[in-house]
Amino acid sequence: MTVTTITDAELQPKDYASDQEIRWCPGCGDYAILKAVHKALADAGAERERTVFVSGIGCAARFPYYMSTYGFHTIHGRAPAIATGIKLANPELDVWVITGDGDGLSIGGNHMLHVLRRNVDVQIVLFNNEIYGLTKGQYSPTSRRGTKSPSTPQGSVDYPVSAGAFALGAGARFVARSVDTLQAHLVGVLKRARAHRGASFVEVFQNCVVFNDGAFDAFTAKDVAADTQIHVEHGKPLLFGAGKNRGLRLKPRKLELEVVTVGEGGITADDVLVHDETNRALAHMLVALEPPAFPVALGVIYCSPVPSFEAEVYAQASAASAGRGAPDLAELFVTKEGTWTVS
Amino acid sequence: MWALGLMLWMYGRDRLVTLDWLKKKFAGRPEIAQANVAALNAGHAFGETAEMSEYGPGYVVRPTAVTPGVYRTVSGTEALAWGLLAGKRAAGLEKMIFAGYPITPASLLLHTLADLKRYGVITFQAEDEIAAIGAAIGAAYAGALGVTSTSGPGMALKTEMLGLAIATELPLVVVDSQRGGPSTGMPTKAEQSDLFQAVHGRNADAPLAVLAAATATDCFDVAIEAVRIATKYMTPVVLLSDAFLAHAAEPWRIPDLDKLPRFPVRFHTDPAGFHPFLREPETLARPWARPGTPGLEHRIGGLEKDYDTGHISYDPENHARMTRARATKIAGIANDIPLQTVALGDDHGALAVVGWGSTYGALHQGVRRAREEGIDASHIHLRYLNPFPRNLGELLRRFDRILVPEMNNGQLVALLRAAFLVPAEGFNKVEGKPFKVAEIVEAIRERLDR
Ligand code: SF4
Repeated sequence: MTVTTITDAELQPKDYASDQEIRWCPGCGDYAILKAVHKALADAGAERERTVFVSGIGCAARFPYYMSTYGFHTIHGRAPAIATGIKLANPELDVWVITGDGDGLSIGGNHMLHVLRRNVDVQIVLFNNEIYGLTKGQYSPTSRRGTKSPSTPQGSVDYPVSAGAFALGAGARFVARSVDTLQAHLVGVLKRARAHRGASFVEVFQNCVVFNDGAFDAFTAKDVAADTQIHVEHGKPLLFGAGKNRGLRLKPRKLELEVVTVGEGGITADDVLVHDETNRALAHMLVALEPPAFPVALGVIYCSPVPSFEAEVYAQASAASAGRGAPDLAELFVTKEGTWTVS
Repeated sequence: MWALGLMLWMYGRDRLVTLDWLKKKFAGRPEIAQANVAALNAGHAFGETAEMSEYGPGYVVRPTAVTPGVYRTVSGTEALAWGLLAGKRAAGLEKMIFAGYPITPASLLLHTLADLKRYGVITFQAEDEIAAIGAAIGAAYAGALGVTSTSGPGMALKTEMLGLAIATELPLVVVDSQRGGPSTGMPTKAEQSDLFQAVHGRNADAPLAVLAAATATDCFDVAIEAVRIATKYMTPVVLLSDAFLAHAAEPWRIPDLDKLPRFPVRFHTDPAGFHPFLREPETLARPWARPGTPGLEHRIGGLEKDYDTGHISYDPENHARMTRARATKIAGIANDIPLQTVALGDDHGALAVVGWGSTYGALHQGVRRAREEGIDASHIHLRYLNPFPRNLGELLRRFDRILVPEMNNGQLVALLRAAFLVPAEGFNKVEGKPFKVAEIVEAIRERLDR
């Protein structure tokens, strides 16, 4: 494997790339996500030797091989468990989990639930392409109802899971969303995720050109993007549209969002909700928005940090040793029940 | 009467005698007899369902300790926990990450270690068996001693992760406290039926080292040995214990810490010529290169690696070479473990009684009694089940007959026959109860027509 020598010089995005030939299909959205991660790490001045990418199985899971950092390509769905062990052994490491909709929400759904609720300090980037790519196109747990695939020739009958709602339900303290093609936005979201202490969950809508091309066109196509995406920012009004004059507000007397147009029907800028990323109830409403009635919410939807799992675990451990360091094992063998001597 | 029922459960005694006595005693008052029977059965059932395994069932008299020294009482679980800590110390590792999921009878080890945080162990109750071993593997990858513990059904769940640990050649200790099976089986009853699972129970050619503890105190030494092999050979090691050993207590000579083995781990730090599968010529172990080490950034995973570069490779000949390298590495451990000795009797003769695990006491006493009757029998007890000690085949061939008593339907006997082409015969008990000495004596007599 590649041996990289660390220099004091500032690292460029390309310095985070390994020398391995990339094996994704030409045109796959994964390339853009890889590029964004390289840029986010360079911008943050991440040390390669302290950075670890952990993945499960799937197209996305090849990610660690294309990084010049430490990497562990594990087994299907289990990356969060391995990442948890890494953080328990060495909380100083900057650990990223790269997963997909099948890896993270189907076979690995249980681990995803627990890594989020425990709040292990890792960044989880879920590449959602609503399909199983590596195994050639079966429908996935995020595929929309009616998806025709080799395993569902008449269309799928089950209802999809919403990654964002799942993460919030699991107790995640950081939930964000972006799109593979929104390079600058994605870099910004990844940097926020990295800076967040505790589990950060980032869903990236990723186009699989081979098995599910255009799955997100309804809100990512250039001609509709402005009217179908809302880029949320803490403290800023929830406005969208080409003229930034459409907004979200609560329906009077109802806990329900509606789209309004500022300047129409007596609506003023003051009627529009202001994004509060620490408000869990608002986050739940934002992740549920879907076109055509609503825009898709992108950006940091929820961020409300608490101490990370490993920080709490180590606090207990140091309290147990009362700052004295590990005692000699001989102390362990002492017993209240008494000893006896055989001579 | 209820308490008596519970006592009978704790000591693994039959209820029949008492039930008969009750029926006779209250023959004229069937409703009283019935009430007593119900209470007795309820107490017994309570023991069974409350899974109060730390109180029973079963009780075996152990040989008295004779080596001079300071003694105390220790349970198998304590000895195992302390052995792991002693192994961590011997390897010079700062941290142990012990990850488990609640399962009878293995949970006791998790509880014991959870209370020993001041000794540098972090315990982690994972969301399931898979996550428990996953966290232990992640910890090993990051440079800590990774340990997980479970029982048979949990072992089954850990299988795929064991394959990953084998493919990525990371050190790992997996404690399996065996219980009756298959499936949920008899959670509180001891059995030795996970041997096949430990040795062979994975997809593909996936060898790892397997050790078994024979007595409560032996758990201490075997745990240290498991850590030694795991870290020296960069391999998962399965340590087989069982429901009986987990609870058994016996006198233990407190060891002299200075005399315990030392096998300090050397983490790889030199970037020159480094790749993650560069093997140490003697042990074939790959380097242990922790994240955090500058210049050693590398990627590992479950995909096949090129022998010479560590890159992903699907080359047919390379796969054959890597498969052989993994097998040779584990087989080579045989050169680094003690030769098999005879626990009692001569190293040749009419009959070898070969056992492993918690049957030690019954086999030892059985052979002793047979010998007192003038029968030419010897007791051989195996700690190393994969690989076997390198003299084992030759030793077994020096006996006319080989009897392999096991609390399973014939697992070690099959492994011995396959490995050495010896005519070993099984003697099997799968009642969730330990062998009685008399049963062993009887089996020996039978084989030798006495
Ligand atoms: S199958 Fe789809 S997701 Fe996988 S690499 Fe190809 S385009 Fe990308």
